[in-house]
Amino acid sequence: MVPFNLLVLVCLLYVLLLFLIAFAAAKRAETGQLGWLRSPWVYTLSLSIYCTAWTFYGAVGYAARSGLEYVTIYLGPTLVMVGWWWFLRKLVRVGRTQRVTSIADLISSRYGKSNLLGVIVTLMAVIGTTPYIALQLKSVTLSFAVFASNQPEGGTMPDLNATALWVATGLALFTVLFGTRNLDANERHHGVVTAIALEAIVKLAALLAVGVFVVWGLAEGPADMLARIDASPVSGWDLRGGRWVTLIFLSAVAFISLPRMFQVLVVENSDERHLATASWAFPLYLFLISLFVVPIAVTGLAVLPAGTNPDLFVLTLPLSQGAEGLAMLAFLGGFSSATSMVIVAAIALSTMVSNHIVMPVWLSLRGSRASMSGDVRGVVLQARRLSIGAILLLGYLYFRFSGGGEALAAIGLISFAGVAQVLPALVGGLFWRGATRNGAAAGLLLGFAVWAYTMFIPSFGESALMSAELLTEGPFAIGWLRPHALFGIGGLDPLVHAVFWSMTLNTIAFVTGSLLSFPGPMERLQGAQFVNVFDHTGAARGWSGGAAEAEDLLVMSQRILGSKEAQALFQAEARSQGRGGYLPDVTPDFIERLERELTGSVGAATAHAMLGQIVGGSSVSVQDLMAVADETAQMLEYSNRLEAKSRELARTARQLRDANEKLTELSVQKDAFLSQISHELRTPMTSIRAFSEILLQDGAMSAAKQKDYAGIIHDETIRLTRLLDDLLDLSVLEAGQVQLNIQSANLRDILDRALVATQSGERATGLRIFRDVASEDIELQTDTDRLCQVFINLISNAQKYCDAASPELRIRARSSGDHLEVDLSDNGCGIPEKSQDMIFEKFSRLSDEARAGGAGLGLAICREIMLNLGGRVEYLPGQGGAAFRVIVPFAPGPAAAQGPSGAS
Amino acid sequence: MDNRILLIEDEPNISEAIRFILQRDGYLVDMHSDGATALAAVAQKHPGMVILDVMLPNRSGFDILRDLRANDATAGLPVLILTARGQDKDRDLAMRLGASRFITKPFSNADVLTAVRELIAP
Amino acid sequence: MSRRSPIFLARTGYRLRRLMDAARILPAAGAFLFMLPLLWGGGATRNGIIFVFGVWFGLIVVAALIAVPLGGQLRSTGDEDGQGGEDGPV
Repeated sequence: MVPFNLLVLVCLLYVLLLFLIAFAAAKRAETGQLGWLRSPWVYTLSLSIYCTAWTFYGAVGYAARSGLEYVTIYLGPTLVMVGWWWFLRKLVRVGRTQRVTSIADLISSRYGKSNLLGVIVTLMAVIGTTPYIALQLKSVTLSFAVFASNQPEGGTMPDLNATALWVATGLALFTVLFGTRNLDANERHHGVVTAIALEAIVKLAALLAVGVFVVWGLAEGPADMLARIDASPVSGWDLRGGRWVTLIFLSAVAFISLPRMFQVLVVENSDERHLATASWAFPLYLFLISLFVVPIAVTGLAVLPAGTNPDLFVLTLPLSQGAEGLAMLAFLGGFSSATSMVIVAAIALSTMVSNHIVMPVWLSLRGSRASMSGDVRGVVLQARRLSIGAILLLGYLYFRFSGGGEALAAIGLISFAGVAQVLPALVGGLFWRGATRNGAAAGLLLGFAVWAYTMFIPSFGESALMSAELLTEGPFAIGWLRPHALFGIGGLDPLVHAVFWSMTLNTIAFVTGSLLSFPGPMERLQGAQFVNVFDHTGAARGWSGGAAEAEDLLVMSQRILGSKEAQALFQAEARSQGRGGYLPDVTPDFIERLERELTGSVGAATAHAMLGQIVGGSSVSVQDLMAVADETAQMLEYSNRLEAKSRELARTARQLRDANEKLTELSVQKDAFLSQISHELRTPMTSIRAFSEILLQDGAMSAAKQKDYAGIIHDETIRLTRLLDDLLDLSVLEAGQVQLNIQSANLRDILDRALVATQSGERATGLRIFRDVASEDIELQTDTDRLCQVFINLISNAQKYCDAASPELRIRARSSGDHLEVDLSDNGCGIPEKSQDMIFEKFSRLSDEARAGGAGLGLAICREIMLNLGGRVEYLPGQGGAAFRVIVPFAPGPAAAQGPSGAS
Repeated sequence: MDNRILLIEDEPNISEAIRFILQRDGYLVDMHSDGATALAAVAQKHPGMVILDVMLPNRSGFDILRDLRANDATAGLPVLILTARGQDKDRDLAMRLGASRFITKPFSNADVLTAVRELIAP
Repeated sequence: MSRRSPIFLARTGYRLRRLMDAARILPAAGAFLFMLPLLWGGGATRNGIIFVFGVWFGLIVVAALIAVPLGGQLRSTGDEDGQGGEDGPV
């Protein structure tokens, strides 16, 4: 006898092995070394989760009860697999191009990303799968019990419920650990897939071993085995046509639409070519699994005492023959079958629950700002973990409180028929563009209701949820509504009856609903994408833009990328659009680029969902994508491009207009300048010519008068010369062709020179100068003559224009960074604000009366000199009088050093 | 009274030169240098003719000419326009506004004298 | 008999298309064969086993013969290629 504790130990070691394998595979996948993890054989083996404990234990029981009928459960999937070119190829392609995460997602996505359908399918899947999970717990528990009851001293009978609870907890832990490691668009779980591939090998090996033991150990080979079959109670094949056809159909449908099968077939598929291998390899697996079922059943019926549960023959037969090692292997096989199914089912269901129920609720609760104020990624993973726990808890509760006692096969078939209700919507969605959301919803709901009424609820046993009268008389004694004889058609096998009516009514509702309703643009877009998936492999256009605020996007991006990076990204985009600042136009291109950036940080699914919340037009809200539906998508893009182009043209036109205005302005200025020069030159000329003529012609003039007039001529000549000098100076400065004579000097010396120049001789006026000589002790490298010229100009301006009663000029110098500032302010009335911009222009004079020989070029020259020196001169408002600030660098910058080019 | 001339010119040296040559020829010359008050000066002095600079402080000579011509009392007053801006468009504008003569600076004294003599007797 | 080069030039393409036809016909043929026992209403279980598993194995063999060349026609759709950011919404 196998000690029970040893069994537990082996079981734990096996689980540990699974953990290690899953962990190693997940690690390998994370580091990108996929290798054999992506082999078609792993894919094929992972499909074996179709064969659960129901297969491992139940098939023998089924055969013991009904003979050959059990093979229907495997013939259906076989036909689906060998017919892969029809259906599975398309399903996988659609699943991959649309990044489908579950069967609920597929249905929801096909029918215009309708979350309603996602919720319906999710709920159906949960309801349909819970009994199935309970079934697995039950089989594991029963197999434990077999060993426990065989203990020699009676031992301590383990509490079955406690065992089931422990198993459920362990499975939840495993699933959470390896099923919710990552959150990305692919939703692949390499660790889990590798572990279930190993379990697939274990269960096949175990069943084959028991079969070989039976055929060659207990019988004497195949011929003897066939003879034994002939002699057994199941020697006659009681072929019930309705059940035969219905079960093949049902298993084929379930193979496609079971959430866990969809998970391994489509979601975990990493290469379409694996499907080709699996198309014959998986039927072979099923073939081998089924091969020894009848021999085991026949031998069990013959060898074991009557009343032994045929569902456990696989285990009890070796035990009864003392083949304890084989029994142990069989136990592990059954354990593997149960656990792999539960793990994948929990992952598939939790994905559906979190994506279609938890996330929409969370996003709507958090309002439209959810993606800006929370860790979306964490929420999704948390939702999945909780869902896994909840699903396993549901399974456990069903196990505890369901009547029990039914044959394993019955529970499995009920689940099959439940999930099969997805079929019309699924097939119609893939092959018929006219299928609509309303049709799908109607079919799903009606089919599911009929299934629940005729199959699910009665399965709890008479008087559990339905009274015996209801079953035999119908509700309110309405005969044609009897759950097992709808529309008065009695006498059918309940299974055939339920499947026939649910599928028929489902299909009728689906087709009628689709024909009568009108699909929205989004549905039509998705419909075309699904049905014609092989024609255009391009992905659906994700974004139409428009609704988003650039500022909202920036706020969100800052949360994910970090402020600096996000601002740089936005600024660069704005610049490439020809705008300043941080907020670019929200174009579809920009959103796609942003999504790629965000994907790098938080993964594609989250990035897309979060962007969708702000932009609209994603799986969360369909409003924006509606706009790009169907054929209009391309037109819209084209028109967007045209719009962008016309915006660009408008921009260019504006720039041209600006340039033209500038040119016109320049031309006007040039005319005015020439006219001004002409005037300034002609005026002194006039005096000179007039007086020289007078002197030439009038001999009778007094000597004093003659001297007077000659003096005028002299003055005007000087004025003319100065004007010409200034003009030449200015033109050299403006062209940047001035030769600077850079030398070291002290600011105080330069100011001294300027004051001497302005206060000498006739120019001296009553202007009093206040200096802070200490502050002027600053060494600098500059063209001292030019700087001095600026100071002279400013000081003489004060002398000329300061209109105070006792004019004063204050000079203050101050270092500031790499330059020094010299302020010269007088106590006059200053310069009116409207003229402040003008004073540095050529020939601008505030008043013609106040001229003192200047042509209005002084400040213009000052400005040009300072630009050439790498500094500037500016008017300083608000100083109580006219104030100028001269800013000059301590050393000439590159511009000044090079002389020309720097200033223009 | 007829030989009284009002000279409206802001450059003191030019005013002095014109005053000298005209007085020497027997005219009476009044001098005025501000554009804004030029019309008032005309009304006050009742000159026989006006010599008008264009570039005046505060008011352009062309504006003054336009006002003179608009006023019945001075509509027929001979006006000699003097300007340092000697472009054709300035001459055209002056003639259109009703200038009697147009002379560009710098001028020959003889030209000014001739023009004045044609307009009024000394 | 001398070997002649094929008149029909697109021979491989033609073969491939017929192979696709075969792949489409195969599940229908399988379904038909699995329905055959309905005609004789069962009979002995041993005969049933031999028939069902015989047909089953035949299907597997034919499916393998078809799948190997057809699988090569499928585009490689690994994780690294063809699944970039250009894909549609999740």
